[in-house]
Amino acid sequence: MYDYECHEHDVVVIGAGGAGLRAAIEASSMGVSVALVCKSMLGKAHTVMAEGGAAAALANKDSRDSWKTHFRDTMKGGKYLNDWRMARIHAQEAPDRIRELETWGAVFDRTREGRINQRNFGGHTYPRLAHIGDATGLEIIRTLQEKGVHMGMDVFMEFTVCRLFTSGGRISGCLAYDRQRGRAHVFKAKTIVLATGGITRCWSVCSGSWEYTGDGHALAYWTGAEMGDMEFVQFHPTGMIWPPSVRGILVTEGVRGEGGMLRNSEGDRFMFNYVPEMFRKEFADTEEEALAWVEEVISDKQATNRRPPELLTRDVVAKAINSEKAAGRASEHGGAYLNISWRPADQVRKKLPGMYHQFKELAGVDITKQAMEVGPTAHYVMGGVKVDPESQESTVPGLYAAGESATGLHGANRLGGNSLSDLVTFGRRAGLYASKAASAMDTWGEIEEDEIQNGIDHMMAPLNREGGENPAAIVHDLREMMQEKVGIIRTREQLVEALDDLEALRVRSQSCSPGGGVIYNPGWHQALELEAMIDVSQMCALAALEREESRGGHTRDDFPTPDHDSWGKVNSVITKDSDGNMKIEHRSYPPIPDELKQLLDSDDLDGDS
Amino acid sequence: MMKKQVTFRVFRSHTGERPYASHPRTESSVGKMSDYEVEYDEGMVVLDVIHRIQAEHAPDLACRWNCKAGKCGSCSAEVNGKSRLMCMTRMSDIMEETPENEPVTVRPMQGFPLIRDLVTDVSWAYEMNKKMVPVNGPDKLDWEFNQNEADRIQEFRQCIECMLCVNTCHVIREHEKFDDFAGPRFFVRMAGLEMHPLDTESRIPQIKEDFGIGYCNITRCCTEVCPAGINITDNAIIPLKERVVTEYYDPIAMIARKIGIKR
Repeated sequence: MYDYECHEHDVVVIGAGGAGLRAAIEASSMGVSVALVCKSMLGKAHTVMAEGGAAAALANKDSRDSWKTHFRDTMKGGKYLNDWRMARIHAQEAPDRIRELETWGAVFDRTREGRINQRNFGGHTYPRLAHIGDATGLEIIRTLQEKGVHMGMDVFMEFTVCRLFTSGGRISGCLAYDRQRGRAHVFKAKTIVLATGGITRCWSVCSGSWEYTGDGHALAYWTGAEMGDMEFVQFHPTGMIWPPSVRGILVTEGVRGEGGMLRNSEGDRFMFNYVPEMFRKEFADTEEEALAWVEEVISDKQATNRRPPELLTRDVVAKAINSEKAAGRASEHGGAYLNISWRPADQVRKKLPGMYHQFKELAGVDITKQAMEVGPTAHYVMGGVKVDPESQESTVPGLYAAGESATGLHGANRLGGNSLSDLVTFGRRAGLYASKAASAMDTWGEIEEDEIQNGIDHMMAPLNREGGENPAAIVHDLREMMQEKVGIIRTREQLVEALDDLEALRVRSQSCSPGGGVIYNPGWHQALELEAMIDVSQMCALAALEREESRGGHTRDDFPTPDHDSWGKVNSVITKDSDGNMKIEHRSYPPIPDELKQLLDSDDLDGDS
Repeated sequence: MMKKQVTFRVFRSHTGERPYASHPRTESSVGKMSDYEVEYDEGMVVLDVIHRIQAEHAPDLACRWNCKAGKCGSCSAEVNGKSRLMCMTRMSDIMEETPENEPVTVRPMQGFPLIRDLVTDVSWAYEMNKKMVPVNGPDKLDWEFNQNEADRIQEFRQCIECMLCVNTCHVIREHEKFDDFAGPRFFVRMAGLEMHPLDTESRIPQIKEDFGIGYCNITRCCTEVCPAGINITDNAIIPLKERVVTEYYDPIAMIARKIGIKR
């Protein structure tokens, strides 16, 4: 018999980034008892890495903006695979979620009139991103943390959740281990909100923090929840590529929003050659027009010119950089040159202080004088737990998901800036509905002692093995394999191989032995994470194999164009069948009502793009 | 690619060491320095080398990190005796400052209780955070103020809570005034609140009485180690000290005015 500590809360929120903190704040304000369980220390979650801003149609910078345009841009950027209901809620509610952050202490950059300033970003028709230099995520997580600590929630830091429990098909709690003390903990819960972020550490070149091992995705899947859109992984076009140790670290899209130009080794501004038909009307044809747009924006005028093609959606720009490399026109270290040094040095330092610092410290490059070298980096997963658009409840009763761990809002490709606004919009909703459901329950579901003991036994297994591999070696091989075979461009052959490779990695993971004790042992932790990483990688490879077309964050070399007739309206759904095998089916969201359809570009919906 | 050999001398806790070794501690009572021979490549930072030690020699070497991009403030440690973020400390700089044939030393922050290896217990900071009186402004959603008003406090909002400033501050490190002194990080936080253009709270009595700002004698150690480049002493602590003086009519203020130190 293993010993463990037991806790009882109405709502347990797993994850303390933007979505988790916002959910916990909302739930606490409803008067229920809340536990916030997080894998890192409070305030350190991946949200701190968000740079460019949070998208909301405040219309402070351009009065022509409205929720309707934001809705339209989000759907178009997502190649119409979004849950239109979530896209509508998001566009309508994001402005208040951003404004409310200022009343909690956030200090966004200002317009000349003293209102929240907004910057341009890829795929957004108008300047829409509320920001603080290029450290917007830090401001948002700190604000939520500072609000949250006064709300009476119990915070459990450096706790890793390994299992969810259900009773009678409904969520009843979770099992976690406390890294600092090496103890097992059982949390009884009436409802649970998953806000565990993404999965991008499954790729060797990624912008994700150490937490991004898909824990929440796997927990939900193991518990029987439906997982959607797992083939759609966003490769952000601009990650650092040199020196090798910083490869993948994000270079904010804000650089391009502030006028950054992409060029290849021949000095060509190549993005002009990659404007897709569906975006052609909105983008400049010439360098002169692109520059005129930047000049208008910098001098605080409403843009009358069309925007530079560097501001196309991320999927388009990432693939363009990839194609330039394939054509032998890559930068010195295999990417592209991104140049903002044509703007005055003091403006660059003011608008992009983090980028200035990051390149100076890590690469020895002064971005006010030199071009940056950039290339695609695994950045975000559009797929995740399928949720009810209003309440964020998954298909497992009592289990909610918000932020990157959920799916629906972003479709096949997320627009920059829509993630931070997603966190606060749907984090709040998840907290609200999870607390309402918890309030309606008299007591907690039973958790069988056997299940707890089995869970702890499973958790302890790596430490009880000897003579196996270092888990770090398996994680390394997994990430290299995913980078090569389930990367930005995919083929049937590679995806089939990837699925086989994952089975071999699974076998290796089951005999790895990190050694050491229970207290703050990273090797043990990695051995436990591997289980999730392998399962989410499998979901991604399987869904990618099935989708025989190219759309948004999924590109097949053997099916290089979108196939609207077969795939334009279907989303993949993955579940675990009764034998424990992964199964996949395809399904559509309900049809878009006419009044919303009118807001969309009719050409895109019918024709080829 | 250029590969070079380096010896890392890293603090390791004794096996079975109980967590939360009290502070102060002697190093040998809780662990010892262990040497690791590793290769490093061009462009690597100290954290890369620690990860390599985990991958090749010691999977259980405890180290806290998140973003590896200088944004989260998790990987604070003392490298060659200096407080720094391991992820923002380039090996090329470290090798330049390390004498030839000497190892690079990596220790946990010495100002905080030890959990294990390079990981310390910083829960004090989270308790202190709860004592901050939050912003209190207009009862409406649309707050308006100018960029020049924002500029003053945005510097303070850049803090990544790495606690290197607290670790370096002698009021805490040597005198252990954990209970009577808020430490540089929280003076930065309070400066941000006190200088907020729409905030109506007064935290000055608390800053004087509970947070012991008088203990700070402006040695600027905190400012020197801040990886976010916040001018902690000049822009946060000194203005707060001045506000305390003003509020309490301290005679020092009169002397300061006589010798020409402007408020």
